[in-house]
Amino acid sequence: MPPLAWHALMAFIVLNAILGLVAYVTLLERKFAARMQSRIGPYYVGRPHGWLQPIADALKLMLKEDVVPTAADRGVYNLAPIVFLVPCILIYATIPFAPDLGVADLNIGVLFFLAVSSLEIVGLFMGGWGSNNKYALLSAMRAVNQIISYDLPFIFAALVPVLLAGSLQMSTIVAAQQGLWFVAYPVFGQLAFVAFVVATLAAENRVPFDILEAESELVAGFRVEYSGMKFALIQLGEYAHMLGTSFLGALLFLGGWLGPGPAWLGPLWFLLKAVLVFLLVTWVRWSFVRIRVDQILAISWKVLLPASILLLFATGLWVATRGAGA
Amino acid sequence: MTHAAFLVIAALAVASALGLVLRRNAIHGALFLVVNLGSVAALYLTLGAEFLAAVQVIVYAGAIMVLFVFAIMVLIPGKEETGLDPRRGWRLLALPVGALLALQLLLVVRAGVGPVAPAAAVPGGVEAVARLLFTRYLLPFELTSVLLLAAMVGVLLLARRRV
Repeated sequence: MPPLAWHALMAFIVLNAILGLVAYVTLLERKFAARMQSRIGPYYVGRPHGWLQPIADALKLMLKEDVVPTAADRGVYNLAPIVFLVPCILIYATIPFAPDLGVADLNIGVLFFLAVSSLEIVGLFMGGWGSNNKYALLSAMRAVNQIISYDLPFIFAALVPVLLAGSLQMSTIVAAQQGLWFVAYPVFGQLAFVAFVVATLAAENRVPFDILEAESELVAGFRVEYSGMKFALIQLGEYAHMLGTSFLGALLFLGGWLGPGPAWLGPLWFLLKAVLVFLLVTWVRWSFVRIRVDQILAISWKVLLPASILLLFATGLWVATRGAGA
Repeated sequence: MTHAAFLVIAALAVASALGLVLRRNAIHGALFLVVNLGSVAALYLTLGAEFLAAVQVIVYAGAIMVLFVFAIMVLIPGKEETGLDPRRGWRLLALPVGALLALQLLLVVRAGVGPVAPAAAVPGGVEAVARLLFTRYLLPFELTSVLLLAAMVGVLLLARRRV
């Protein structure tokens, strides 16, 4: 099979697997949240545990009427969900799910991930601005503030494993964790993982950093004017981004597909670890309260950013004296 | 294949640059600029400079553009609020400056840089860029960072006086 066709086939498989996975991740989150609040969660659609709920949700959203506000900037408004969704899906392009099982294991894989995921804000902003709604606009402005502030700590935290492994290629980073996962590295690993999780929470706009959708003040934030399939695309993008970042966390810190058992169990281990990271983020989401805008910005610029720069510097020193790689 | 890709991306870059200049709406212009910067990143990719492309996207298309859009939205009011531009005459300056720039471009193209060496000559990208930055271009690199630091301190000073 020619390499181009192979890549295309792989991309098709990964795309569809991710979309299915994302649908069921929403069910997982709803069940998890329900348990934390002593509820049962989705139950009746697909008894006994709401297994068909994501399918029903998707069908409902597809059949809904598409309402476009008359005052909206139509071009920007209509393009925004797509511009938002594409980077959120594209981040999966460089994630290898096992050795040699992925769309493209680029030699700048981590950098590609960071670059593409930083484009998400453009679609978000277009949605908030194009809706011509003051709540959506306020939400978009808050989003810009917040995402710009947390992009840097996110990048620095992700660069710590890169430094430890001495490579930007995802498969090499996993291979470097053969003996010891990076999260288990004394001091550096744990601090970087904490910084990564905090920055992830902010980048995904989850509580306690969810001021941009703060339903008590901004209704639903930048997506308040979207309905039907466009709303579904935005939701899909958001969860795809969340899951993708969880995959990145599992790959950078938790050893990716490494685990006991035969090699074919690798992808399952990887999935399990990614879901664990996702649940960690969800756990935080349902345990904390929302904090104010100025507190969010202060945490980023006054604590997280200097700390992550120092951490990166210390890791660099350590690697320079000990040598990179495993 | 590479040639066709170049033509498509270059056309996109030129079209989005025209969109940037010709749109009345400043936000639309800024969004066109995102497309333009993205297509420049794609051009880097076709040259094999993957690192440069990724950095272009992170720094320009992601962060700087969003700040542009933010500044336009917050600081530049619509025409109905400001009235006519009081310094309309200054716009005529664009003609000689533009002509000069066009002349320069023409000279550069005429002089001909020659075919750019295929990027396979630079393996990895990241290592090559890092090596150059920290050896041959160390002084310009450090000077640029001092410049940026000075700008940052200046901004802090200006903002402090306001509050």
